[in-house]
Amino acid sequence: MSAEAVVEIRDLTKRYDTVTAVDQVSLSVRRGEVYGFLGPNGAGKTTTLRMLLGLIRATSGDLTVLGRRPGDAGVLARIGSMIEGPAFYPFLSGRANLEVIARYAGTGSARIDETLETVDLASRGGDKFSTYSLGMKQRLGVAAALLKDPDLVVLDEPTNGLDPAGMRDMRALIRRLGDSGRTVILSSHMLGEVQQICDRVGVINAGRMVVESTVEELRGDSELVIRATPADVVRATLDQLAYVQSIRTLDGELRLRVDERHTGEVTRALVLAGVDVREVRRIDRQLEDVFFEITAKELSHADAP
Amino acid sequence: MPTPHERPEYEDAGMTASRFARWRSLMSDVVNVSRAELFKLARRPAAWTLLAAAALLSQVFGYLIPYLSFAGDGSGPIEGASKDAILARTLPDQIIASTLGGFPVFAGALALVFGALVLGSEYGWGTVKTVLTQRPGRTTVLAGQAIALGVSVAVGVLVLFVLGAASSTAIALAQGESTAFPSVFDLLAGYGAGVAIMLMWAGLGGMLGVVLRGVALPIGLGVVWVLGVENLVAGVASSVLTALRPLRDVLPGINAGSLASAVMPSRPQGLESPPGVNSDVADGRALVTVACYVVVSLAAALWTYRRRDVV
Repeated sequence: MSAEAVVEIRDLTKRYDTVTAVDQVSLSVRRGEVYGFLGPNGAGKTTTLRMLLGLIRATSGDLTVLGRRPGDAGVLARIGSMIEGPAFYPFLSGRANLEVIARYAGTGSARIDETLETVDLASRGGDKFSTYSLGMKQRLGVAAALLKDPDLVVLDEPTNGLDPAGMRDMRALIRRLGDSGRTVILSSHMLGEVQQICDRVGVINAGRMVVESTVEELRGDSELVIRATPADVVRATLDQLAYVQSIRTLDGELRLRVDERHTGEVTRALVLAGVDVREVRRIDRQLEDVFFEITAKELSHADAP
Repeated sequence: MPTPHERPEYEDAGMTASRFARWRSLMSDVVNVSRAELFKLARRPAAWTLLAAAALLSQVFGYLIPYLSFAGDGSGPIEGASKDAILARTLPDQIIASTLGGFPVFAGALALVFGALVLGSEYGWGTVKTVLTQRPGRTTVLAGQAIALGVSVAVGVLVLFVLGAASSTAIALAQGESTAFPSVFDLLAGYGAGVAIMLMWAGLGGMLGVVLRGVALPIGLGVVWVLGVENLVAGVASSVLTALRPLRDVLPGINAGSLASAVMPSRPQGLESPPGVNSDVADGRALVTVACYVVVSLAAALWTYRRRDVV
């Protein structure tokens, strides 16, 4: 993958009177990657994406998209986006809505049928937008984003309202977009889907960028889960094992960072210590766990006097 | 070798070519936006409803009621006028007065609603972000939308004139009267004045739609102004507080009425001017004032549109 940055954001800040919606955010999205932009509600994701598209002016900071300033006509022509839900004309059909967008974009209507096929809306393209279900509206929004055959696709919560099959298809579509060389920025609450399709993620919380990393780096190594009693003996035994990198307690279970080849040794040590071992299993950390850890840590820092 | 103050000829040519290319691209974007807006408007039920309402009111007050008064015993809304005068106002040579008669008031209110719908609805549906993330910049988008608004208004006024021509010809033929229309110059002047008046109201509606980011409030405020407040202010300025006349003379409805009056042929004896049509402001000044309202509305909408965040 080329390291060329398609989106480069440095110290981006947006203030509304006394409220700082985005606070010195820096991030970089590389060409051809699927970038997950994560954060709780009100964290500043959509505000950042709107600045990226020139809908909102930044208070300060630097932002370049495809090498130019956001909102530039030449840049917008190469970006397909759906921000904060699909917005279309209710009295027009899905196809006619795409026709309007194609005229605005100056692309002609050649790709309308293809994009409707891509999002599985071809058979309902002639129906009025106002009669669409939430999932269909969402898919039309994605079709509109793809109409320009863009280099950069920005999708804000694209799976909202989709049924499980629709979500699976959307995941596959986004992955295909990434595989075809397009750059995708995906803002989502569905951490499972982000884990499956994103190459890198950036986590924003309370307007500040908390972490930016690959999904693998963020998830880290797998953990060893141990349920055993008595707890004090278990803890004392594990503390003596030099190869155990870290120990934490979650939901009454102990979670150890320890290389997989030491799993047997850990179990033996506990048994030899006379511990009643009920369960030993290895789990992969989910992005969701990491996300909650990060945002909770940030929250506790923010609350600290 | 060129001095530091002279640009080489090839550089000038290059810059001119590049500027020309940018200009062409900009114009192409404006045309694309206008085409998209006209595509939308042609399929928008509200646009046809407003045109139908304007046509219905124009036909009812311009032709149906006068003709029924003529055909009946002469009583009713045009009581006091002679039957000949009532018939005369419905004939083809009075088409400008019959069509423009309703423009300063009811058709103006409908045009204001139309302008607010065209530009304000984008905020209600959230489509403003959809259109602003395609390609054209904000100035280009608003210019394209304004052109589409202007074209729609021009077509709407043409429809009202055509319907008026059809009705007046039918009445003339039925009554054995002359089917002669005013001169082409007078017709063009009447049509132009009609477009200017409607464009002013549509522009004010559009500007309110952009500034207030919606439809309901602009329509409410605009219609209350057109149908109520302005008449009240004008009435007070004309009778009780004459010191307010300079203010009255810059009001949009007063100038629209004066402009309509300026292009109307003389009325048949015994008939009063339609509501809103007046001679309070001199012809040339009325036209300039109406044009100023169009320009100021556009400028205010553009200024707001360009500088405001789309949230």
